[in-house]
Amino acid sequence: MPGLLERETHAGLTGGDERLARAELRRQIGRLERELAELAAEAFPLRTVDSGVGAATGPPRVAGLEELERVRDALAERIGEARRALTEQAELWQRNRELLESMLLDPAAYKWVRVSRADVGEHGCGHWHSRPRLGPLGMLMGWWRVKVSSGCPLAGRLAAVERQEAAG
Amino acid sequence: MEGAAARFATGGEPSPEQGWVAPHIVAEFPGLGIAWVEVDARPSSSSEPVRRRLRDLSDRFYGAHAIHMREQPIPWSYRVFFRQIGLDPDRTRTPAERLALDRLHDGAFISRDLPADALTIAIAETYVALRAYDAGCLEGRLCIRDSAPGESLPGRPAELEHGTLIVADERGPVELLFGGEPRRGVERDTRRIAIAAIQVKGVPQMAIDEALWIAASVIQS
Repeated sequence: MPGLLERETHAGLTGGDERLARAELRRQIGRLERELAELAAEAFPLRTVDSGVGAATGPPRVAGLEELERVRDALAERIGEARRALTEQAELWQRNRELLESMLLDPAAYKWVRVSRADVGEHGCGHWHSRPRLGPLGMLMGWWRVKVSSGCPLAGRLAAVERQEAAG
Repeated sequence: MEGAAARFATGGEPSPEQGWVAPHIVAEFPGLGIAWVEVDARPSSSSEPVRRRLRDLSDRFYGAHAIHMREQPIPWSYRVFFRQIGLDPDRTRTPAERLALDRLHDGAFISRDLPADALTIAIAETYVALRAYDAGCLEGRLCIRDSAPGESLPGRPAELEHGTLIVADERGPVELLFGGEPRRGVERDTRRIAIAAIQVKGVPQMAIDEALWIAASVIQS
């Protein structure tokens, strides 16, 4: 990620220089953490963003240069992965939206194709389904249409409640 | 800690007592601090108004809230600090995130006892990291420092790794700075409770005062 990180290592520094280097690494970690949080929020709820950096186990301590560099690099890697995944996802949604537009214009060309709301990056349940009008007759006559499902099922009581009432 | 910490009286504003941070630690982590208030209280089950407040909080707290929490300045500050002290906040959760996960897992903020509920309410409202100790077991001012050779946590024979960041009083280590259970926590025979807030860079003093005030007032309610 050019422009985001100064990826220099800080080997060989001592005393005050080392403290300054640690402060700079902490600043970079803070910035990367914010960026990762924004990506996680952007991806929610359709994707999860892995923000684990596999920090060395151990008690809380003043992390040294090497450890801070490792955390910074791991965070940068997570951000890169998350960006790539989100870009790929956005491209897929765009292709699916184009497919849906074509399907709506010419249902017969997309027989039995089904596109869900999640496929185009929309929240909630529901899908578009290219299917024949009047069942087999429509199939034979070529009467195809895109049927839009009615959305999420209505909220009902939990199955456990039903079972409890039936038993009681 | 008789007379050392600010006592909280119902109807009055608490004036938190400021602890100290070892100079070489604060040089590494500017903004790190610890403050606390003491309240006279015994651990007991929570009253109905406190339980109702927990339920109201539960109703305002959803999965999306937990995800977006880390974008907000105070939870973000704790996450960054965790990374800076060698803890992975996705393994060792910050107090606010721990609470959020428990809420999602349990379906509500579960009432345990009054001190625990007070901390839950204060943390959920402010996101500030709070701990509760038995004030009778503490001596002098609280501080944040690194462990010295030969020191160990109370009740634990194992020596702390040199340089471990701890919360301590004048007697010695009280607990790890995050990532551990309080070793002088509130017990059944506790008569005074010390509520401590850990401040890190990015957490305003006003949030610390508010968190302590909320926790203390819930316990005193």
